[in-house]
Amino acid sequence: MNKPRRPPGQGSPAPPQRPQAHPAAPAAGRPAVPAVSARDLTVVRGSRTVLDGLTFDVAPATVTGLLGPSGSGKSTLIRAIVGTQAKVTGTLDVLGGPAGSAPLRSRLGYVTQAPSVYADLSARQNLDYFAAVLGIPRRDRDRAVAQALDDVDLASHADDLAGNLSGGQRSRVSLAVALLGAPELLVLDEPTVGLDPVLRRDLWDLFHRLAAERGTTLLISSHVMDEADRCEHLLLVREGTLLASDSPHALRTRTGSDTIEDAFLNLVESTGSPSRERHRGGTP
Amino acid sequence: MNAARTFTTARRVLRQLGHDPRSIALLLLVPVLLLVLLYYVFDANRRGFDGIGASLLGIFPMVTMFLVTSIATLRERTSGTLERLLSMPLGKADLIAGYALAFGLLAVVQASAATGVAVWLLDLDIAGSPWLLLLIALLDALLGTALGLFVSAFAASEFQVVQFMPVVIFPQILLCGLFAPRDSMQPVLEALSDVLPMSYAVDGMTEVLHHTEATGDFYRDLAVVAGCALLVLALGAATLRRRTP
Repeated sequence: MNKPRRPPGQGSPAPPQRPQAHPAAPAAGRPAVPAVSARDLTVVRGSRTVLDGLTFDVAPATVTGLLGPSGSGKSTLIRAIVGTQAKVTGTLDVLGGPAGSAPLRSRLGYVTQAPSVYADLSARQNLDYFAAVLGIPRRDRDRAVAQALDDVDLASHADDLAGNLSGGQRSRVSLAVALLGAPELLVLDEPTVGLDPVLRRDLWDLFHRLAAERGTTLLISSHVMDEADRCEHLLLVREGTLLASDSPHALRTRTGSDTIEDAFLNLVESTGSPSRERHRGGTP
Repeated sequence: MNAARTFTTARRVLRQLGHDPRSIALLLLVPVLLLVLLYYVFDANRRGFDGIGASLLGIFPMVTMFLVTSIATLRERTSGTLERLLSMPLGKADLIAGYALAFGLLAVVQASAATGVAVWLLDLDIAGSPWLLLLIALLDALLGTALGLFVSAFAASEFQVVQFMPVVIFPQILLCGLFAPRDSMQPVLEALSDVLPMSYAVDGMTEVLHHTEATGDFYRDLAVVAGCALLVLALGAATLRRRTP
């Protein structure tokens, strides 16, 4: 599979990226509207500002990684995008409409961090129910369910109770639910945690296939920096602020780092307290 | 509100129960066995059994459905499936009606078993029709479902939700007229019992016990229980929030 890469070494960190035309993007005729567009996005939970003035775009039909340590506000950002987060200020448009508006509910798929499926139903029954909720007509439902099970390689466990599956299998059932109804935007919160490397590779292959073949936009959060290179574009967050929005290659070049982990550290120290920056001797 | 999504939700809830035959057995058998127990408790006083037995036919469905619903919806809230459902095109009313429908069906089976055993095996001596007993038992079950749904919003764990049973259900059992006639209670308690829905459920059962035809009081009791159930269901719907704070 040939992953499209952005030209290296472009742009400064903070300003919003112009969405770029993507070879696999559908409707090549009209200008690509960002799948997600945030301007000065802020979320306050209790007395704490969890997200502080985030501005970024997610280009359609791409795989974008949302990377940051645990507690950095990734899940809150994801909830804001799928419309289940309260007290969101600023502008947040998803698939051309305001985040959380009712017409979006059947157009995006969402996988929470913990597998959100019914433990006392089989994998197939789970999918069957959610497919019905999504309004997939009865005659197409069996096919849609079989396809989703196949996508996550669970066809052989289709009739096992979700509660009897392993943790990784259960999160794949949860992922399969999000694949139902061919959503235009898939938002996945740490989908590959605790999975075996072979399976992880297969899932990333699936993600890229979805973007290339079905024109799906994927936003995937992870706290594992070594998954960064599997994404076409990265959003690095830390303590509720956006450190960078760039391609992995550009990030490494710009910060003069070998790995995204080092790039992250360099960015933290260059945007962090000035004393630290002096200590490290600054970054390019 | 969408009928297809309501029915599919009800079917899903019943499928979940279907994977748990022990719970079904407990739900259906325990009320029956308790009635049999009560029958022998009143071994020397069959008239005593008639009064309390009829009242219990109204209380059982409410208590069991309260427990089942509060735990089921708490699980839905804590497992993330509620968040997922609310990010999908599912109306809150569809979800609540789906639950009410599924547990309502279960309540019909449970109340039929308990009423059938009480009337035909234990010779519960009622003047009115057993169908009227069944009707009021069904509305009680609906009320229990509604209360369970509502309190699950205020519990963070199964521990807490079970603790709501003594808070929400026990005072109603004490004040519903099972232990002492309501008009003989201390006036404040009597007034309190006038606003608690279970009092009307038990009053309705007593009407069927003593009167061959459905009386005006019976219809009033029926309306109060049904009204309370709908009101609490609406409150329960208000506790389902699409957005986490």
